[in-house]
Amino acid sequence: MSQVADGPGVAGPAAQLPAEPEPGGGPRRGGRPRRRSVRSREENRAGLTLIAPTVAIIGVAVVLPILWAISLAFQRVRLINIRGTGFFGDYTLGNFQDVITSPGFGTALLTTVVYSVCGTALAIGIGLVAALALRTPFRGRGLIRASLLLPYVAPVVAATFVWTTMLNPQFGIVNWFGTTVLGWDAPVAFLSDRSLPVSLLGVQVELPIALLTVICFEAWRSFPFAFLFLTARLQAVPDVLDEAARIDGATPTQRFRHILLPQLMPTIAVLSVLRFIWTFNNFDDIYLLTGGGAGTEVVSVRVFDYLTARGDIGAAAAQALMLAVILAVLVTVYLRLFGREEEQA
Amino acid sequence: MSTPVLERAPAGGADRRRGSSRDRVENALLKVLRPVVIVLLLLAAVFPFYYMVLLSFRSLDSLLQDPGALVVSADELDLSTYLDVLAPVSQGGQGFITFMRNSLVVSLATVALSLLVAVPGAYAVSRLAFFGRRQISALFLAVYFFPSILLAVPLFVFFTQIGLRGSLVGLLVVYVSQVVAVSIYTLRNYFATIPVSLEEAAAIDGASRLQTMRRISLPLAMPAIVSNGLFVFMIAWNEFLFALLFLVERRESWTVSLGLSQLSGSIEVPTTVLMAGSVILTLPIIVLFFASERLLVGGLTAGAEKG
Repeated sequence: MSQVADGPGVAGPAAQLPAEPEPGGGPRRGGRPRRRSVRSREENRAGLTLIAPTVAIIGVAVVLPILWAISLAFQRVRLINIRGTGFFGDYTLGNFQDVITSPGFGTALLTTVVYSVCGTALAIGIGLVAALALRTPFRGRGLIRASLLLPYVAPVVAATFVWTTMLNPQFGIVNWFGTTVLGWDAPVAFLSDRSLPVSLLGVQVELPIALLTVICFEAWRSFPFAFLFLTARLQAVPDVLDEAARIDGATPTQRFRHILLPQLMPTIAVLSVLRFIWTFNNFDDIYLLTGGGAGTEVVSVRVFDYLTARGDIGAAAAQALMLAVILAVLVTVYLRLFGREEEQA
Repeated sequence: MSTPVLERAPAGGADRRRGSSRDRVENALLKVLRPVVIVLLLLAAVFPFYYMVLLSFRSLDSLLQDPGALVVSADELDLSTYLDVLAPVSQGGQGFITFMRNSLVVSLATVALSLLVAVPGAYAVSRLAFFGRRQISALFLAVYFFPSILLAVPLFVFFTQIGLRGSLVGLLVVYVSQVVAVSIYTLRNYFATIPVSLEEAAAIDGASRLQTMRRISLPLAMPAIVSNGLFVFMIAWNEFLFALLFLVERRESWTVSLGLSQLSGSIEVPTTVLMAGSVILTLPIIVLFFASERLLVGGLTAGAEKG
């Protein structure tokens, strides 16, 4: 880390001077034991002093609460008897039993996985297309790049509100466009219909329309993040590679497949992990768009529901804990698989 | 099916010719596709915001009459939506002016407090060898990826127990704890790019560690600190879940995000009035973003938002 910054410094030779008068001091580190220990003790103290406020805040507002959440998951706690609740109580596995056997949990978990995988894939795909399309410079590219980041920086509440209005069956612009221009038979309730019968090439298909809509929203909102990372990575790809392939007669798709994609793969892998984690944990988007209705209930929305509407704190904590554990397992498995792939390559 | 002309030519020549014709087709296709893709992406990214502004200037009646209008005519232009959404509840408005004050107070305080804590912390993590440095870095990273809904459960219980729900101070503490790890992570990376030799030179000239920090490291890290501050401001201004959990019962302490989400559930407030509220919520962020885009984009990639 800090070693990286050890450039060709002016002070470099000066700092080494004290080591020289000691004859035969062995390796340079051992050559000045007293100086080093005084210095390192001072450094240790300074470091701990400077980091202490951060550690205190994270300890009090993050670590302790998480430990408490784990303890709550093993206690029968309801909002009504919250007063006397502490770290210790009658530990039981009852919450987990209730949660796992309750009807909606499996579905919510499946929805969470589908939502995260599809949202992540779509966001990275669109981000990649955007990064490639904006690769060659032209007038106004900077402004376009910045504008593409808007969905990502805008407040989630405003973004969801605009989307719900745009998709409104009565006066939303999407349904207006669909019924007057595209000739839809009836307006589509994108956010409150569980499924929409659509005939594709003569075959009737039931589309899970609300789920698809929230996935599209997730892709719309987070593609700029992938776009940003991939643009940065594309700029670092040496031009000579592309040039050489072009001279050898490689077509644009071939150059993408064999030159660019291998260069971008590590970035895409990192993006997949990051986006998956955040989408998996996401609460805001679905809560604000559908409230978890119409087949879009993900685990985090369910936790919120248990916490506030039902007041069943123990079950809420148990579900949130399971969400975290499942996420950790999935990410570990992915990293294992991906790590092995890297070794083979 | 007729055999393509190309395949009748001698093998070697055909290969090259076919390669070059495929190249030509692909290049021609890309030449058309590229601008189309760019326009579509731009439309997808920007149109919702245009629609937001558009609706905020219309009245609900005119929206219901003509949902497809993409421009607002001069005689239709309606500014009363903004007056309505901003005015205090006592005057029949929606009280967004109070929400804005709350959001501003919480966001600015989060920026100030988190920088106060994170700058020394980041300096320590990047520069000083102290006991447990690596473990602390790992802890911060773990915090960054934690599901906030798991954190929400105990905090909800705790704030209910001590009766701190509805207080902006409680929210502030949670925000600082949420962003401080990200801040340290970004700032640490920046501190690492400042040559140590500059600090060593100052130390040789007799400066104490604190003086070195204040006179050398801080000014050099200023771009990162400013962009980090902006970034934290955006996170705090946009945050929704914790605001919802802690403030929902007290309307006078709602933030803009919370106010908009709560009011959009009721049928009494017209959609166009709430669109004006959306513009009020979004505009500061967009202005801030375009004003500092160069600075910020680095910050976004270095330590992206949790969410």
